[in-house]
Order: sequence, then C-alpha cells, then structure tokens
Amino acid sequence: MTKSPRTISPEAWRRSIGALPWLAAGGVLAYAFVFGGYLTTVMSFALIYVIFVTGLNIFMGFAGQVSFGHNAFAALSGYTSAVLTTSYAWEPLAAFGAGLALALACALVIGYPTLRLRGHYLAMATLAVGLIVYEVAVEWKALTQGYMGISGIPPLGIAGLEVTSERGQLALLAIVVALVLGAAWRIRESRFGRALAAVAGSEDAARALGISAAHYKLTAFLASAAFAALAGSLFVHVVGFVSPEVYGLHMVVLSFTMLYVGGIGTIAGPFVGAILVSLLPELLRRFKDYQDLVYGVALILLLIYAPKGLSAMKGLVRKPVPR
Amino acid sequence: MTLLALSNVTKRFGGLVAVDNVTVSVPESGVTAVIGPNGAGKTTLFNVISGFAAPDRGRVVFGGVDITGLPPERIAAQGLARTFQLVQLFGALSAFENIKAGCHLHTRGGLMAALLRLPHTRHREREVEEEARRLLAFVGLSGNADIPAANLPYGRQRLLEIARALATRPKLLLLDEPAAGLNSAETTRLSDTIRKIAGGGAKVLLIEHDMKLVMSTADHIVVLDFGRKIAEGAPDEVRRDPAVVAAYLGVSGAQRA
Repeated sequence: MTKSPRTISPEAWRRSIGALPWLAAGGVLAYAFVFGGYLTTVMSFALIYVIFVTGLNIFMGFAGQVSFGHNAFAALSGYTSAVLTTSYAWEPLAAFGAGLALALACALVIGYPTLRLRGHYLAMATLAVGLIVYEVAVEWKALTQGYMGISGIPPLGIAGLEVTSERGQLALLAIVVALVLGAAWRIRESRFGRALAAVAGSEDAARALGISAAHYKLTAFLASAAFAALAGSLFVHVVGFVSPEVYGLHMVVLSFTMLYVGGIGTIAGPFVGAILVSLLPELLRRFKDYQDLVYGVALILLLIYAPKGLSAMKGLVRKPVPR
Repeated sequence: MTLLALSNVTKRFGGLVAVDNVTVSVPESGVTAVIGPNGAGKTTLFNVISGFAAPDRGRVVFGGVDITGLPPERIAAQGLARTFQLVQLFGALSAFENIKAGCHLHTRGGLMAALLRLPHTRHREREVEEEARRLLAFVGLSGNADIPAANLPYGRQRLLEIARALATRPKLLLLDEPAAGLNSAETTRLSDTIRKIAGGGAKVLLIEHDMKLVMSTADHIVVLDFGRKIAEGAPDEVRRDPAVVAAYLGVSGAQRA
C-alpha cells in the first residue's frame, strides 16, 4: 500500500480531532485574557474547577472509584487558608500548606478503613464527610462565622508580591492548571498510573499481579484530595470571600457534570468539561426563564452524542486495526 | 524438590466441603495438571493456593515459604502468578498496556517517581515496553498490541492473560481452565504455548477439563473428586488407575483409552 502525500493519514486525522477540544477550550481562555471583563471572572472559576475535577478524575477516572465528598477537602483547605490569612496574617502559601495537611489527614482517616472494603462503602463515607464538613462550617461560628462567611481574604501572592488584577489571576491560575494537567499526564503514563488502571479494570486481576489494590486506592484518594485542597485554597484567594455554600453539594454536582461532559479518565476531559460547563450558563442567559431547561437539554444532548465526553471525540474516527 | 506443597488443606463453604484434606506436591519441573469432574473443588484449590480464599485447615508452602492465608498480592510477590477461569483482563487497556501492568512486581516507583519522571524512571519505562513487546510476540499477539483487550477474540484474550501473568516473572504459573471456550486450533496453540513456558523456566500448574490438552501437556497429574485427591502420577499411570476411570473418565472413556 502506498501513501499519497496529499491525503491525510487516518492517524493524523484522529490526532487533529483529538486536539480540537484543547484548542476550543484554550481559545476561550485566550479570548477571556485578551478582552477581559466578566468572562475573565467566569474563566478564573472554571480554571479552579479544572484543578478540582482533575483530582476527582485521578480517583474516579484512573482508579475507577467513586467519591461524593471531595468538596470536603476543598472546604477544609479553603477555610484553613481563609482563617489563617485573615485572623493570623499567614502568607497564602504557608496557609495552603496547613490546609493541605489538614485535608490529607482527613482523607487518610476516612480512606484507610473504607478503601479496604469492596464496593461503594467509600462513596457512602465520602458523602457523609462532605455533609459533616458543611455542617461544621455552618455551625462553628467562632471560627467560620457561619453563613455570614469570612471576607477580606488577601489575594494570591508571595512575600508581599500580590496578584490583584483579574488578568494576573487568570494567568497565574493558567500556570497552575498547566502544572496540574502535566502532573495528571505523568501519573497516567507511569507505573503508578498503570496500577490504578489495573485496579479500575479488575481488582482481582490486579492483586493476582502483585498490585495491592488497597494501597493504590488509598494513594489515589490522597492524591485527588490534594488537588481538591489546592482548588479550595485558590478559590478563597481569588474571590476574597468564603462561605459554606461555596463547598456545598452544588460543588459535587457541578464537578461530576464537568467530569462526564469533558470525558472521565482522560487528561483533556476535566479541562474541556470545566470550561464548557462554566461557560454554558453564560451562553444561555438570553433564554431567560428557559435557561435551566436549555441547560438541561444541552447536557442530555452532549451525553447522548458524546457519551464518553467531549475529549473522546477522536474515538468517532475509527482507528486502523492492525492485522 | 518440591516447589509447592499443600498439606491437609481443607476449605468449607457452609456445609459443603469443597476441598477435603488434600495433600499435593508440585515438583520443581514441568507441567502439573489438576483434573476432576465439575464441582470436584479444583478452582477452590486454586483460590486457596493463590490467596483468594483462606483454607480452614492445612498449610500451603511455596518455595520453602509458608504462604497460608496471605493476601493474593503478597503471594504473587513470592513468584506465583495465576489466570482466571473467566478471563480477567483490563478491558479498556490495550493488549500492550495489559502486559505492562503485569510488570508491576519487578519494577519500582510510586506517585513521586511518576511526578518527577527522572531519566532513570524513563529508562525503566522503556525496559518495560521492551519486555511487553517480547511477551506479546511469545504468545503470538504482536499484531494486536494496540487493540483494547475487551475487543480481542476470546482465544486471544486467554493468551493475553497468560502473557500478562508471565510478565510478573513467576516461578509457578497457575492456569485455571485455559482451554475453556477455545476451538481445537486455539487449544493446540495453547498447548504449544504451555510447553514453551515450561521449557523456559516457569513451572505450570493447570486445572483443565480438556483431556486432550492435559494428556498432551502434563508431566504429572493430580485427580480430585468431591474435594478429595483420588489419584496422582504420570499421565499413563493416571489413565490406567481404576479409581480415576470410575470417577472421572467413565467406563466408555476407559474403553476408548
């Protein structure tokens, strides 16, 4: 078989389709950065969600587990950042370190006993933790000020250098997101990532190959909690305010939507999903009263026509089967 | 020398005695087969050996180490690999990636190694890829490397599962009814592969219904019936054993033989 130089090979065609979601989402980001305005704020939130959903993806997409409670880790870290930077004048980075440690300690306490069990005991336990942390944020008024929330949280910065402009924040978040996506890629393409994929594929087969399912599920849980904690802390510094609703059940629903719309188990999925799902309500404002209805219909259509998510679109082009 | 020794192993499920006081030695050479009618306790015996079921009584000693009741991953680390009666592949991963996952035990590196991705780690990754390619070629699946395991024909899934188990570099490979669901051409290929494995250093312990496969590949046969061992020996001895003929091969089987 000879290849004509003028025709595009199926593999190149697949690759270019695979690049489309990246380009589209990157294009929206660039537009927001150049033209500023309200879209910049929307994109800042979207990027924070990219980090959160990438973490969730490591646990749910790579390791094949389920968690309804990652909002708890974002809340623990976010509130730690808020309290330490406002009441105790800590540096944001140091406060994040404390928040991360608290979130990881909490993840270890929940994960260690439940991840040794099969099935969805962990999913139930995480759901409970999400609700408990929410209740604590509401009721422990001395520390969290309840529904009133904590305001006056300083913007991101190191050693007095603060990033205050919206564009600056967007650029900083984009850098963090690039690092996070790079980390997710490295995790997937490693011995560690293969062990997670093995546990996701068949726990029995993984164990028969010497892969300790309990150990890898726990490590994946901790890693994903760390990403959630990072997102939680970034949020309070970008907005300057935190209240319990920020990390409520709404966050769980939103992050699941982003994960499945973008494509669970992929690298691009959380990126594309978070940006599209954040953008969708803004695009649908013109429908006024019907906004929620159109939003729902749009999600259903997406899941019918791209059931594996937008980033799996290259799967629509058949891969040449070597025989 | 004995590679695997079971002494007085008993496993009950409620009132059912699935494995009843079985004592078996797997010699440190060749292919050993465990045969017996359906429900004779063969798979339970495998699960006890590989750590998926703890015995109620008795000991399992592998390579001089007592592995009784250890979890499967610890037993695998001792050099004992297994396949499953119903193939357990990582369906979403390609054939190539399945075998790479099998290289887990003799490689190192966790989350930090993944994130840092130092030259040393990258070098190890290339070695793993090389080994995976070699094993794909060994079972004749080089042309299927990039196909998701779930999309392979059943016979090739069986071979892939064997290749993935070999990737752990086992001292002993347990095959649970590897010929189930295979046509006769595939069975012949499987038989050749098993002989090749036994010739290449790893020992094989096989559960099988397909007598043709057992007689053509096994050097040593253990016969179970209702959870008890009723015979043990070379294929020719077992074939002539009256207890085996009565319990398993049946009268017509004896006449054919």
